[in-house]
Amino acid sequence: MIDMSPNLVLVAAIAVLVTAGVYLLLERSLSRVLVGVVLLGNGANLLFLVAGGAAGRPPIVGATPEGRMSDPLPQAMVLTAIVITLGLSAFLLAMAYRSWQLHRHDEVQDDVEDRRIARLAAIDERATTDDDTEGTGGPTLDEEAAEIRDETDEGAPARTAAEEASR
Amino acid sequence: MTDWTWLVPLPVVVPLSAAGLALALYRRPTLQRVVSVVALTIVVVVSGALLVLADEGPLVVDVGDWAAPVGINLVVDRLAALMLTVSATVTLCVLLYSLAQGQEDDEESAPISIFHPTYLVLTAGVANAFLSGDLFNIYVGFEILLAASFVLLTLGGTRERIRAGTIYVVMALLSSVLFLVALAATYAATGTVNLAQLALRLPEIDPGVRLLLQVLLVLAFAIKAAVFPLSAWLPDSYPTAPAPVTAVFAGLLTKVGVYAIIRTQTLLFPEGRLDDVLMWAALATMVVAILGAVAQDDIKRLLSFTLVSHIGYMVFGIALSTDAGWTAAIYYVAHHITVQTALFLVVGLVERVGGSTSLTRLGGLAKIAPVLAVLFFVPAMNLAGIPPLSGFLGKLGLLEAGVQVGTPLAYVLVAGSVVTSLLTLYALVKAWNKAFWQVPEEQRPPTHLPFGMVGPAAALIVAGLVLTFAAGPLYAYTERAAAALAERTPYVDAVLPDGKRGKGVSVDVTEEAAHGDDAGEGHG
Repeated sequence: MIDMSPNLVLVAAIAVLVTAGVYLLLERSLSRVLVGVVLLGNGANLLFLVAGGAAGRPPIVGATPEGRMSDPLPQAMVLTAIVITLGLSAFLLAMAYRSWQLHRHDEVQDDVEDRRIARLAAIDERATTDDDTEGTGGPTLDEEAAEIRDETDEGAPARTAAEEASR
Repeated sequence: MTDWTWLVPLPVVVPLSAAGLALALYRRPTLQRVVSVVALTIVVVVSGALLVLADEGPLVVDVGDWAAPVGINLVVDRLAALMLTVSATVTLCVLLYSLAQGQEDDEESAPISIFHPTYLVLTAGVANAFLSGDLFNIYVGFEILLAASFVLLTLGGTRERIRAGTIYVVMALLSSVLFLVALAATYAATGTVNLAQLALRLPEIDPGVRLLLQVLLVLAFAIKAAVFPLSAWLPDSYPTAPAPVTAVFAGLLTKVGVYAIIRTQTLLFPEGRLDDVLMWAALATMVVAILGAVAQDDIKRLLSFTLVSHIGYMVFGIALSTDAGWTAAIYYVAHHITVQTALFLVVGLVERVGGSTSLTRLGGLAKIAPVLAVLFFVPAMNLAGIPPLSGFLGKLGLLEAGVQVGTPLAYVLVAGSVVTSLLTLYALVKAWNKAFWQVPEEQRPPTHLPFGMVGPAAALIVAGLVLTFAAGPLYAYTERAAAALAERTPYVDAVLPDGKRGKGVSVDVTEEAAHGDDAGEGHG
């Protein structure tokens, strides 16, 4: 019978890693998210070691009696997972750097289009009075919508115009 | 029949080797293009052959000649072969489209030398996920395609793409970690990650643990497949990428998640304890996402929302847990991959002619490019499910399967899917009217539509129509695929003959050590 009881230290380490990882993932800064992902990934890797059962002798055929070897399969899988996490973290790091290059910060930003849709309700209210302004040369709803779309092209004047429109 | 199993690894091996070759040829763009086109053509031919061969029964390859439960194995059954063929055809068409676009624009903002290798790696990852016979290899396939998709999505590294890429990358990493946790839990509970062996061992473990594993796996796949409420990331991240990239993402990436859900739900958890939950999720996916589509002003985003919405149809089919439901779901997957990709390619052309994807700015395209109007109209109607197109047949199959099940929840879903398809029709007709018929703000000069781009898009639209004309044989094929999924034994027997070891040879592992329970994988 193999001893399958998990190592308590490993379980505690997993708990700490996952907690810290989730906390960091909830941050807005991309580099903190990166650290969070790395911690979470390592937590998952340790979970694999726990899944392999209690520690045993090295899994090398011939060096140790078969009954006392540790399970090599989770170790092989952890190795693969580590390599993958490393590669993807490198990509995330590059992206955080690129974001800093472009914006001088690495905050994860809101989707502008989503905000625009959320503002539609405010524009709709104006639309009820729009019949009056339409003939007098005021901005029509279509013009306003087109202006607001400009925001994604990061034109600063257009943005203020759009914000005024929503007020 | 001769042994054709050597064909099985080719859809993974050929694009991967070609990717290496293409990277080495970065100074020779013409040769690079030839390499990728040839590689993908080979994949199309091979998967076509596998489609025919797998109809006789699943083909299995033990990679490295290690016997099945220990080694990695690749399995092609009818479902995998169908997915492989459809995805290979789509990737080839999108590649041709992007080649023509690159040639037309002369200098893309994207560095073309990276595009080809990455694209080929993406294809290899998708094929690997479809083919693999164990959960961990599915994970590896996912990671290959995700890593490639990160690069493709952020090509050029402009502001918009980095912003969109951030959300996508973090979500993808999160779902990968979740998948990894599910894998570790599965291994701890059963001592294996091989799908066939899991199918044998899962019924023996505690039902509570089994449910936990099922929930973990479904969650991980549902994020990738963009099932509501785990779908919010998709419409924000897809539309910023270049048109061919969005097209191939829309067609393939979420469908790999759907495939993984089908595979695990049918093979590993046939008792279907999550079916009700999946049905509610399917309903919410369909309705919420299509309402999102109706609110959009940008064609690309509108299409991204319809993409999420129509994932709901497939989940509905899976959740019905009947042969009819699975048949319809598989047919719907094949239909949706071709149609959604075709639509995104056409929108790439619309953007080219109209200079924008915003519905408030577009207009009068019907006069400038009448061909484009037809090219948009046909797949749009197909997506909305107008008879007699393939979308209608797929939806009809789902409705029939739902009525057959006959529970109140199934009827709610049937009603929900009808409403969704009407709303899809509304959203697409609105887009069509605004883009092609409304009076434009400024007259744009007629733009030349390059044949190289129109050709592949038209080819995909025709492929969608072929799904209609060949619906009889294709539906029969998906029916057989669903029957095999329900039966489960063909798959398990092909991988582990007589419930023992696969046909590969593993040195140093004796026969009796192999199938005792306490011996684990022969390592103990």
